Amino acid sequence: MRRVLWILAVLLSHWRRHPMQLATLLIGLISATALWSGVQALNQRARSSYDRAAAIFGGARTPMLVAKDGKMLPQSVFAQLRRAGWPVSPVVEGRVQIDGRAIRLLGIEPFSIPREVGDAPMVGRSELEAFLTPPHRTLISPETLADFGLKDGATPRLSNDAVMPPLMAQQQLAPGVLVVDISDAQRLLDKPGQISRLLVGKTPGAREPLQSFAGGRLQLVQPEAETDLERLTDSFHLNLTAFGLLSFVVGLFIVNSAIGLAFEQRLPVLRTLRACGVSARQLNAVLIGELIAFALVAGFVGLVCGYVIAATLLPNVAASLRGLYGAQVPGELSLRPEWWLAGLVISVAGALAAATTSLIKSMRLPILSTAQPYAWQEAQRRWLRLQSAVALAFFVAAGLLLWLGQSLLAGFGVLAAMMLGAALLLPAILELVLRLGERGARAALAQWFWADSRQQISGLSLALMALLLALAVNVGVATMVETFSRTFLVWLDGRLAADVYISAADEAQAREIQGWLRTRPEAQAVLPGGRAETQLAGAPIDVLGLPDHDTYREHWPLLQAGPDAWKQLVRGDAGFVSEQLARRLNLSLGDSIDIPAPTGDWRITVAGIYADYGNPKGQVTVNVAALTQRFPATPITRMAVRAAPADVPKLIADLTDKFGLDGRNVIDQATVKQESKQIFNRTFAVTGALNTFTLGVAAIALLTSLLTLANSRLPQLAPLWAIGLTRRRLAEVELLKTLSLAGLTALLALPLGLVVAWCLIAIVNVKAFGWRLPFDVFPLQLIRLLIVTLVAALIASLLPVLRLARMQPAQLVRTFTIER
Amino acid sequence: MLVLSVRHLTKSYRSGGEPIKVLRGVDLDVAPGERVALTGESGSGKSTLLHLIAGLDAADGGDILLDGAAVGALDDAGRAAIRRERLGLVFQQFNLVPSLSVQDNLSFQARLAGRHDPAWHTELVERLGLKPLLKRYPEQLSGGQQQRVAIGRALAIKPALLLADEPTGNLDEDTADEVMALTRDLVARTGCGFLMVTHSARLAAMLDRHVHLHAGRVA
Repeated sequence: MRRVLWILAVLLSHWRRHPMQLATLLIGLISATALWSGVQALNQRARSSYDRAAAIFGGARTPMLVAKDGKMLPQSVFAQLRRAGWPVSPVVEGRVQIDGRAIRLLGIEPFSIPREVGDAPMVGRSELEAFLTPPHRTLISPETLADFGLKDGATPRLSNDAVMPPLMAQQQLAPGVLVVDISDAQRLLDKPGQISRLLVGKTPGAREPLQSFAGGRLQLVQPEAETDLERLTDSFHLNLTAFGLLSFVVGLFIVNSAIGLAFEQRLPVLRTLRACGVSARQLNAVLIGELIAFALVAGFVGLVCGYVIAATLLPNVAASLRGLYGAQVPGELSLRPEWWLAGLVISVAGALAAATTSLIKSMRLPILSTAQPYAWQEAQRRWLRLQSAVALAFFVAAGLLLWLGQSLLAGFGVLAAMMLGAALLLPAILELVLRLGERGARAALAQWFWADSRQQISGLSLALMALLLALAVNVGVATMVETFSRTFLVWLDGRLAADVYISAADEAQAREIQGWLRTRPEAQAVLPGGRAETQLAGAPIDVLGLPDHDTYREHWPLLQAGPDAWKQLVRGDAGFVSEQLARRLNLSLGDSIDIPAPTGDWRITVAGIYADYGNPKGQVTVNVAALTQRFPATPITRMAVRAAPADVPKLIADLTDKFGLDGRNVIDQATVKQESKQIFNRTFAVTGALNTFTLGVAAIALLTSLLTLANSRLPQLAPLWAIGLTRRRLAEVELLKTLSLAGLTALLALPLGLVVAWCLIAIVNVKAFGWRLPFDVFPLQLIRLLIVTLVAALIASLLPVLRLARMQPAQLVRTFTIER
Repeated sequence: MLVLSVRHLTKSYRSGGEPIKVLRGVDLDVAPGERVALTGESGSGKSTLLHLIAGLDAADGGDILLDGAAVGALDDAGRAAIRRERLGLVFQQFNLVPSLSVQDNLSFQARLAGRHDPAWHTELVERLGLKPLLKRYPEQLSGGQQQRVAIGRALAIKPALLLADEPTGNLDEDTADEVMALTRDLVARTGCGFLMVTHSARLAAMLDRHVHLHAGRVA
């Protein structure tokens, strides 16, 4: 054991003498772990919120019995099933409106709720009495309580004049739902004696077949592995994960570079250790142990940094998820022990993966080879040809995935293969460019400049590859965001063509408002609309009802439309489908779809396809009159009003005064657009932040590579100093070389970035969201990024260059006595 | 009892697809306390013989008995143990650990072998004249100073055999003589066998016996 410790002490002494190399290694590991675990923390937080929402008193997490026709069931079936040995518990579900805002209401029967339903203990013994005895209680999450501006104990009045039992905040309850006793739910929803579904417990025992109950109307629905919310938000989280993974890989590039250089510098020591009697097995075991120790320390620091990153980004992520998907994610992080463990494991695994080449070399280390401090650079050159071949293989893989792949994962696969291929090809391309430069050079210093730059590529290649990846992603994402931003604004103008949007508390109020508006000269047109929900091909869709009016005919963002499309809509047998629904169901103009409606399947012909960016659900737009005919229960409480912009504030003020509407019920077009843009900006603020982090990590990779190379470059620089080049001049040349290499990399990153943007727009977006954006290039943005790269390279090379400029002559002289 | 017995040792390498016989059946004995110089022209197999004795490379045929242990029969761990505990190795390139101080380099192998003797360590420091240099690092030493540290490191375990491959090849004549004198004294003090590869007939003449290798055989 003492021998092992002594070997370890000898190995560690290298780092004491080369602290910058150790810093590089640790920074690489910390960056990789921090960004990866930060993104994982965000995903974990969001997913646990979805689980919490899904698991509310059963929900999608518990087996349940429902009516095959989707209608309500008589309450009597509950008693019949219990008597027949079925461990069931009834649930009533519906939506109620408080102050014009709809919210989900859940009625439960606490005595029969299966024990395995996660939230059952919430109605604890002490609270059960209050929950069940008049005036009963309404359970509500603190977030929803705050959102509605209500206080504990309040008894809000619903739009149908029914009064809720006093509110009681429950910390464990998911936001966006109210829970009451089943009898209260039936009263509030005006569904006496009816239930929505029955939760089924796991208690074993004989059960009579379902056919014997409710006239064979019952159907057992098994729990879903994935909730709707999870499905809808999958692509969002996949995007975050992709960024986390990219940063992780960039971080590992730094680690690989640091370990590779350290290994080569330690080669003489390793050989001396072997010559002095350390067995190969023992030496390798200690090397691995040393690496794992570093990975654990860096992993822990990386996790702390990851926590900080996640905590910083969480408010924006939560806002994006709420805005895009209606998902409620609390703005506080709560991390599980497995997150910490996974972070440490990924740090160790990443370090071992990055060190694989060095460890294999160490295992095969011949004791007798003479010390070759620059063997690493030489070996890198030998690898160049093989690396280029691997790059081409990646390009072929990208082509195959593009051709054969259908899934979102395949889309990301195309992106990853393209980027890795390009990164691996970078050193060969740089080598070629510099060789051409060398051929064209005439002056001695210029020749040395090109030749030495070529020699430096091997040492800097990993950092430059990391820079290329980060820049390409930056270009790709920035192009996509800019394209999206412009398309989104045009689309918003089309979708929000009216000037004022009103949401009435109920249909009576809606009729009253419409009547009043018709008396107002500033209201140029009143356009009532409605929205119903149904399922099509196993996924939820919205059916949107629009009135037949020029406002929509002129502005609706149709991508494709047949002749007389709007006239077809009025007939009631045609509709427009959103782009994502059309892609999902492979629909073209003239195709027919059967929309399940309470009055029976509704066959409509696709008369148009329109853009519906940002909506994860499919949507069908029909005439509002046809909608109310097919979905009679759909309340027509929403309306749009056309008015001159100057008249809008007065109209809104009068509406607010006369009907007691507030900012949530009456809203002007400018505000909706503003809110939509805010959601958009917050969504891409997260992407932007991760983008910046990745670029930062790449800059660190460049800095650390330059610093670690700085010392080993002295033998190349000292002879030039000896023959009359000043240290200042040498420093200038070094700076120019770094900037040239970074500039060349950036120039190569621009076309690669545009390919990335094309992949994101034409493959990933289409597969993730179901819509495709036009592909535009923004030259100013590219120039800006080029400048940012050069500034980052300048900053990264400043420290080593300043050190060189200020180096004492004695240090350079020593090169001739020691390094040779 | 011999400290080293080499019998019929053969070794060949491949170069450009052609086998080159470096050692063609070498026999060599070294007794405890005996100081032997191994000379020969370039390519005669001197260094190869030294490497095979140290277990740094494997022979094609023949036997090496080092302090009673058959080197050829040992696996990597066994050969490592022999080097660690019974052999002192000195190279032309010094092969010090650059990140360790002189003090730590001196005790390096002894600590590895678990045979660190503070009194002997102090004596070595005194005899090698390294006291003022103990806190320095190898890069801060001259070539002669570095070789003195390397000799001290090799003798710190009181080895059965000290092997030196051109230990003065990088030193000027005066420094080489100084290093040789020190080594001879310390070998006498420890009583170990000493086998030194050298090109210098002058240095070879300073030792007890002179073995000349020619074309892979003892001449």
